[in-house]
Amino acid sequence: MSYVPLTPLDILLAAALLIANGAISWGFRLGLEKSIAIAAARMVVQLALIGIVLKFIFAQSSPAWTVAFALVMVAAAGVEVVARQHRSLDGWRTMGLSTATLLFIGTVVTVLGVGVIITPDPWYAPRYMLPILGMVLGNTMTAVALVLDGLSEAANRERSAIEARLALGAPRFEALGGPLRSALRTGMMPMLNAMATTGLVALPGMMTGQIIAGADPVGAAKYQMLIMFLIAGATALGSFLAALGGVVLLTDERHRLRLGQVSNAKENARV
Amino acid sequence: MLRVERLQVAGLPPLSFEVADGECLAVEGASGAGKTLLLRAIADLDPAAGDVVVDGEERREMPAHAWRRRVRYCAAEPAWWTDTPRGCLPVSNPARLDRLMQSLDVDATLLDRPVAVLSTGERQRLALVRALLDEPKVLLLDEPTGALDPQSSALTEELIRFQMLSGHSVVLVSHDRAQVERLAHARLLLSKADNGKTNDRVRAS
Repeated sequence: MSYVPLTPLDILLAAALLIANGAISWGFRLGLEKSIAIAAARMVVQLALIGIVLKFIFAQSSPAWTVAFALVMVAAAGVEVVARQHRSLDGWRTMGLSTATLLFIGTVVTVLGVGVIITPDPWYAPRYMLPILGMVLGNTMTAVALVLDGLSEAANRERSAIEARLALGAPRFEALGGPLRSALRTGMMPMLNAMATTGLVALPGMMTGQIIAGADPVGAAKYQMLIMFLIAGATALGSFLAALGGVVLLTDERHRLRLGQVSNAKENARV
Repeated sequence: MLRVERLQVAGLPPLSFEVADGECLAVEGASGAGKTLLLRAIADLDPAAGDVVVDGEERREMPAHAWRRRVRYCAAEPAWWTDTPRGCLPVSNPARLDRLMQSLDVDATLLDRPVAVLSTGERQRLALVRALLDEPKVLLLDEPTGALDPQSSALTEELIRFQMLSGHSVVLVSHDRAQVERLAHARLLLSKADNGKTNDRVRAS
């Protein structure tokens, strides 16, 4: 490896920039000091740990360890989707939906990217599989969270219009067609924007990482194209599955709009 | 014929009643008594235990959307999901659309105006046209003339009466006593104090 290793002092110097965050929060009384400190501390601890864990897994280079760690990543992403919801969709069902979606897409896209396209030796080489899964999962997680949040937000906002359509005899997917389309668009837009500006305005993290590590920039760019296409497909598919599942979560088997499934479940139990 | 058996609407004793073809049942009760909830329960828009049967066909044995094509709930404040009313109309025969529009004295050009510039009364009449367009068997009308002037109210009543004459059953929520006198064959008074007894339908005098 031909890059300059960082010392703890280097990290500390960069961390000094957080003083700016703190000063702004303090100066404008934003009350964010605590959040900044916690977020920065979490970032340092999580990254330090992941460095150690990845080092261990790379050393094992066993399919079992690689898959086990991949599952942990999927589960963590599923939890994060629920944490990003503003409206109270039923937490457990939302987590089930998002985890299932992420597991399916993570598997399909990683198998396609690593198993079919890159084909490293051995196929389960964690050095390829885990970073690619991580990038696919991270972006798909964002898309799924945006879609579910947008869908429940729109369903609450357009409640009377949706119920009017239901009353006129529309099945749930037709009655929720408006929110469904706008949520899908919300889920797919970030990746479209990213594809359009990447390389021009922003140099993506993976490509910069490879370049710093000494890789040929043209080779790094090719990897970046591959990963962008994988992510584009994954976010589109993830948005689609989350939107379909979201409509099911927001309605019941009699095609009734059920906003706030939790409280209604209680009412039903009483009857 | 609409038959409701031991329907459990939130906060009310179980309700049982029948509305024959061509008849109108008026639902009365103070604000918050559950009149709208009853209509929504019959249309299966809210979960409610109990049986609802139309012409021998059970609510639970029919897909929900097929049920709501037969049993049409028409909300007091109609909602629209496209810029102009036309986009919210079910596709069906234009002749019937013309007839309904004329019977309520609604100008056909309103169909292509933005919903936002229509008056409340115009929207309410358009919503009734929309609800009747695909000929549902049972009409659940929530304050159908609540936003209308006397003349439009009279036309609306006329249309409702015509629906009854052609064999439709109507459940009407109205605060207009005189209107109930004119239209209803029977009345149902909703009150939460009714201690779990079945509400029987009472013949209007």
